[in-house]
Amino acid sequence: MDDTATQHQAAAEIPVDPVEMRKARTARREKIGRWLLPVAVVVLSIAAWDRICVWNEIPHYIIPRPGIVFNALVEDWPLLLGSLAITLQITFFALLIAIIGGVGIAVLFAQSKWIEMSFFPYAVILQVTPIIVIAPLIFIYVDSKFAGLLICAWIVAFFPILSNTTLGLNSADHNLRDMMKLYGATRWQTLRFLRLPASLPYFLGGLKIAGGLSLIGAIVAEFVAGTGGVGSGLAFRILEASYRLNIPRMFAAIILISVSGVLIFMFMTFLSWLFLHKWHESAIKHEQ
Amino acid sequence: MNDTALLSLRQIGKTFSNGTEALRGMTLDVEQGSFVSLLGPSGCGKSTALKIIAGLGSLTTGRVLWPSSNTDSHGRPDCEISFVFQEPTLMQWATVFENVWLPLRLKGASRAGARDQVEEALDMVGLKDFAASYPRELSGGMKMRVSIARALVTRPKLLLMDEPFAALDEITRFKLNNDLLHLWETFNWTVIFVTHSVFESAYLSSRIVVMAARPGRVVEDIGVDAPYPRDDDFRTSSDYNAICRDASNALHNAMDAGDHL
Repeated sequence: MDDTATQHQAAAEIPVDPVEMRKARTARREKIGRWLLPVAVVVLSIAAWDRICVWNEIPHYIIPRPGIVFNALVEDWPLLLGSLAITLQITFFALLIAIIGGVGIAVLFAQSKWIEMSFFPYAVILQVTPIIVIAPLIFIYVDSKFAGLLICAWIVAFFPILSNTTLGLNSADHNLRDMMKLYGATRWQTLRFLRLPASLPYFLGGLKIAGGLSLIGAIVAEFVAGTGGVGSGLAFRILEASYRLNIPRMFAAIILISVSGVLIFMFMTFLSWLFLHKWHESAIKHEQ
Repeated sequence: MNDTALLSLRQIGKTFSNGTEALRGMTLDVEQGSFVSLLGPSGCGKSTALKIIAGLGSLTTGRVLWPSSNTDSHGRPDCEISFVFQEPTLMQWATVFENVWLPLRLKGASRAGARDQVEEALDMVGLKDFAASYPRELSGGMKMRVSIARALVTRPKLLLMDEPFAALDEITRFKLNNDLLHLWETFNWTVIFVTHSVFESAYLSSRIVVMAARPGRVVEDIGVDAPYPRDDDFRTSSDYNAICRDASNALHNAMDAGDHL
């Protein structure tokens, strides 16, 4: 940024008071700490895990040492990778239709208060009823296992997108709406030029939550679907490994799920930044 | 009624569903090319009147006539009307260019097709070099200039302004007052300018309509004879002082009358 460049220049020429210097030092330290601290905590936790297993002589079929889990991850990699691919496939498809469905229904809601009032309760009911109790029914009614998994993941993921986008569409500036009216904008023009862009930050906030939820939905649905054999996702691998008391593989699969979730979250955060950093308060850095 | 007037309000009244009487029996002829200020305390219905003129609010009683324009079935005139709000009211996600382009875009103009007009409008408010900026990068005064550019890009015949400079600092406000007067003289607009500042209305207007609250109504109509162009020297002239005194007195009388109600 130009601003920071000028600031550095100014810092070199004009002496800065101690308070400002301290502020700048703290900011620099925080910048490093933001990356260093989480990494340090993870490394220390793994070391502690390892030591606790050794000192307490915990057998590896109860809590495996980190090294054993790592070995399982490497040895079972082909198997786990195949399962990961299946789980992620369901996650992304579910997220995709959650986006289409969530935004689509939100736009429909935005067109008429009556539609919103009539159907919003159903969206809430779907959201608050735990997926784990609906999933068995879905697998009874739907023949295709893939479709069943997709429906379950979709039910979990679409609500945050729907509710956030609805809020966003309704939060467009009132004066701007008046202006649209003054210039004779059509309903479609108001939606396209005003309400959809105004809802973008809200939508992206919902997307961040929905990304993680679609993964959770996919995993939970797999658990319910249970046996699968060929073409089974990570949840099935965990179930299978637990029957065989293959604890290291369970750990390996859990780690893969967590890492996927973190990566999805990071990607959504990046997406948010990409769309908002030029104009939205949430994505703009401020001078303190 | 005056047949040459651009706009004629006939006994318009507005009562909201909660029982508040925002306007009662307001009658006003606005001549083409005039600069009319609606001056009054908050709650006197001046903004309500502006919204009604813009077609953004409904009437309870009376009529809005456009003697020198053709009107459609809703009574809306075929002349261009623009509105400038108290806040800049810009689309935060769009560049300055895109914000000014919007009114033309709604009429189907492409980016390339609107370019000349948008750039001309930006040039007129002195923001030619900021077309690619986003609103958040601009100061309050610059944002208001963008808002004005957006209003004038459609070449309006009537410009409605709702306390447009009230949130700005005085130095910026004086500058924008001068620029607005200059644009008004150049384009021969008709301006209806809502304000609660005696001094601003005295500096700008060819006519000051003083309003009172509870219920909102017109209490005095002051013609301002001081010639244009006016510049900062006008702020210290005896003409200006006389106008301020008249408007001020009218306002005080109106407030006193309101207290007795």
